[in-house]
Amino acid sequence: MYDDKELERIRTGKENWEKTTLGKALSRFPERKPVFTSISGMPVERLYTPLDTADLDYEKDLGYPGQYPFTRGVQPTMYRGRFWTMRQYAGFGNARESNARYRYLLEQGQTGLSVAFDLPTQAGYDSDHPLSMGEVGKVGVAIDSLDDMKILFDGIPLDKVTTSMTINAPATVLLAMYLAIAEEQGVSFDKVGGTVQNDILKEIICRGQYIFPPKPSMRLTVDLIDYCFKNVPRWNTISISGYHIREAGSTAAQEMAFTIANGIAYVKACVDRGLAVDSFAPRLSFFFNAFTNVLEEVAKFRAGRRVWARILKERFGASNPRSMMMRYHVQTGGVTLTAQQPLNNIVRVALQAYAAALGGCQSLHTNSFDEALCLPTQEAVTVALRTQQIVAEESGATDTIDPLAGSYFVEAMTDKIEAEIEEYIQKIDAMGGTLAAIEQGYIQKEIQDSAYRFQKEIESGERVYVGINKYTMEEPEPTNLLKVDMKVGEIEAAKLKKLRAERDQTRWKAALDKLREVSLSDENVMPAVIDAVKARATIGEICDVWRDVFGEYRPKEFV
Amino acid sequence: MRDYAKEVLEGSVRAAARLISWLEDEDPRALEHMERLYAHTGRAYVMGITGSPGAGKSTLTDKVTFALRKKGLTVGIVAVDPSSPFTGGAVLGDRVRMSRLTMDPGVFMRSMATRGFLGGLAKATGEVVKVLDALGKDVILIETVGVGQDEVDVIRLADTTCLVLVPGLGDTIQSMKAGVMEIADVFVINKADRPGADQLYAEVTTRVEQDASIRERAWTPPVMRTVAVDDEGIGDLVEAVEAHRKFLEESGALEEKRRRRAREETLQLIHGELYRRIRDRLTANGELDALVEAIVQRRESPYRAMQHVVARWMRE
Amino acid sequence: MTEDRKIKIIVAKPGLDGHDRGAKLLARIFAEAGMEVVYTGLRQTPEMIVETALQEDADVVGLSSLSGVHMYFFPRVVELLREKGLDDVLVVGGGIIPKEDIPELKKAGVAEIFGPGTPTAEIVAFIKNNVRTRD
Repeated sequence: MYDDKELERIRTGKENWEKTTLGKALSRFPERKPVFTSISGMPVERLYTPLDTADLDYEKDLGYPGQYPFTRGVQPTMYRGRFWTMRQYAGFGNARESNARYRYLLEQGQTGLSVAFDLPTQAGYDSDHPLSMGEVGKVGVAIDSLDDMKILFDGIPLDKVTTSMTINAPATVLLAMYLAIAEEQGVSFDKVGGTVQNDILKEIICRGQYIFPPKPSMRLTVDLIDYCFKNVPRWNTISISGYHIREAGSTAAQEMAFTIANGIAYVKACVDRGLAVDSFAPRLSFFFNAFTNVLEEVAKFRAGRRVWARILKERFGASNPRSMMMRYHVQTGGVTLTAQQPLNNIVRVALQAYAAALGGCQSLHTNSFDEALCLPTQEAVTVALRTQQIVAEESGATDTIDPLAGSYFVEAMTDKIEAEIEEYIQKIDAMGGTLAAIEQGYIQKEIQDSAYRFQKEIESGERVYVGINKYTMEEPEPTNLLKVDMKVGEIEAAKLKKLRAERDQTRWKAALDKLREVSLSDENVMPAVIDAVKARATIGEICDVWRDVFGEYRPKEFV
Repeated sequence: MRDYAKEVLEGSVRAAARLISWLEDEDPRALEHMERLYAHTGRAYVMGITGSPGAGKSTLTDKVTFALRKKGLTVGIVAVDPSSPFTGGAVLGDRVRMSRLTMDPGVFMRSMATRGFLGGLAKATGEVVKVLDALGKDVILIETVGVGQDEVDVIRLADTTCLVLVPGLGDTIQSMKAGVMEIADVFVINKADRPGADQLYAEVTTRVEQDASIRERAWTPPVMRTVAVDDEGIGDLVEAVEAHRKFLEESGALEEKRRRRAREETLQLIHGELYRRIRDRLTANGELDALVEAIVQRRESPYRAMQHVVARWMRE
Repeated sequence: MTEDRKIKIIVAKPGLDGHDRGAKLLARIFAEAGMEVVYTGLRQTPEMIVETALQEDADVVGLSSLSGVHMYFFPRVVELLREKGLDDVLVVGGGIIPKEDIPELKKAGVAEIFGPGTPTAEIVAFIKNNVRTRD
């Protein structure tokens, strides 16, 4: 961005400053610590100048919003056109309670729904399965059959809202239920919009909600993508998630690198299936974390967009610009929240939401301040939503596009994170791709090592965490915590019993037989899954067919 | 004191578990119980599973156990992981892949840390095998540490040793240290769906054939292919092990193996006990310190000191 | 307890919760503190955890839960340990556990609960000070 002469002048100037003004100051007032690092452990220099961005080629590396390589954002007007979608992940207890929470949030100005499912649903077990004991309705809503899903979306027109479902291993089943409801509401599939997470690789790497071995899991993933491309064109078929990788302890650069590596695996799987890259790639979306170090987060998002665009274009030969756009949802960092002095979390979330906005997210979930204590209360959820509304309406971050571009520090950091991402991707390629790297435990080990390093820094006091290792205080016992009724499990079990007795047995059995047959073949499973849910087959029954056909997965765990 | 030997023979998991802890700790209380259990050992068939780290040994152990259980056999598993030389601690992670076996009353699994013992096993592994044998397990699987290629001690304990190799981990014949190939009674090419599997299979097969032509061997190790994660090839592997067992039994080699094992074990026990007694006495009366001092100052040599101590002990 | 005797600890994730960052981190910390750590992995039922403790002759069972199911799982593990005669096994828990639940968990026989942000050295010290002496 500067010519050589100008750079030389700056170099001389900087050296002078170091010798005179800085040198004098340092001799009298040494800095707080010998080395400064970001929360990810990335070294941070004292001062950034044009010297640190000398190699930057503006047109090639940054460009313009809505244009390749999308470093500055995926839309031409960004938040000057409209704000990101404010989408709060919610859902607890049974379908009826969750439905009430959704209606409340929609009334409060939320623009999209986000459904959290309980762990039995995520792991493909019915509420009355032995492994579901104690878990029913705990971290999200319990869905066993189409009947539950109908209650969940009661009175919510599916052509008016978009719905994001955090569901992976059994994503096909939940999408099938959603589509069945749309059909009943008379909404045609091409009007239905939303997202399923459908990202099994990160479940295997770090989140733990897997069911089947990697190969059949990838097949289900691609079946869903393929089906939606042909039938539900507005559906975001996968949300490739770095969020949980970060929660598990990775650095910012690792979060982006491993997510992109997983993305490569999905694109490759779809291409291997015979899908044209420009047919499905525009519907791929991402899901990232945002920690409190605003500048590092912004650099991470900008680097990610650039790398993804280049990979799609260069490696996969995409020609539709939409295929190259990294569009993503952000959730603020759950693990950054503390149980100590919980109100401090509101400030953390505000900074994280600010980072997401400056980084150019397409939708955002802001965490509730009480999450390290319990499931969020209504009050905390409201504050969380208001937090992002304040960022959108009051902070000014939304008035101009990519406002931190050109900051010597942010650009240098963007380059550095990009280089680290590329290095990881090369390593993973050399191992034979993500699946091989997961199987060797490479990715898990890298994440765990980072988590360990961070923990050690906290415990040695090297890194300050307010309320944890500094500024601690005695606190009264927290009150007003939300608890889930332990009875949910029993109620759900009773409902299941009734369903199993009352459904049309012949139709039910035929649908599951057909599903088995299709699963054993190369055919797309989606139509058979839709028929099965309509025949009131439960999620557990459908997954049992697959457990039988595909087998179950046990991961390689590294400590 | 509880009669652990009796309880083990009656099938008590708790007694077996405690006795194993004593053996690991070299607690002298274990001796009396082992003494009473010994007559009831020698029934189980012992299988060793060894190979590089990342070869898939735990998964293979899990699948083989499952296959054996389907045949109605009970199984004992000893899975060995390394202790840290710095902290003495260890993370024993083999149960992760064998989770589904936990609630099977026909399976007893014990994780062991090496506690500084080299050779791919823990010092007490041999004794633990005996406890599981006395507990009535039909087959005992020993899964070794996967740290390199010097860990071949398992052949001293196992009737059949399976050497697990995988493509893409540098497991090529050229890289094998001398002697490693020889420990295998059965070769297992795991992850056989990976690129490079055919080549590895061909290399191993060629090598086995060459060996067979160079020198007469009564048993030619078969080379099996498995994809343990997908449960492929496990049945054939179990059959190959059974064939080896049949060979050992019919040729009398099993008896010979076990005789050799008894001999080594007896010598080792004598060695250990002599060492312990002499050490304890020398330490208790302060003689060791005096000797060391003299040796350090070169007034005495360790060789003469040894001869002196042993000769005196023999006289007594 | 003799100086040499290793503490054997089971680190287990009961239920379907997949958040194992804390469990794995502690497994590593315990090993560094010289313990022998049996890591079970995810999706353990109380029955599986207790059977593991039995076969491994564990001194300590460490449970981690972030999905709000501790009130069911933790007491159940203690109860089953007692049924098997393993009364002297120390049971400790951690994860996202509201303070108001702690008295009840302790009454059920869980020795201590360590919430988010507890220094790991404190956990290690607690275990070393409270672990059984083996007969």
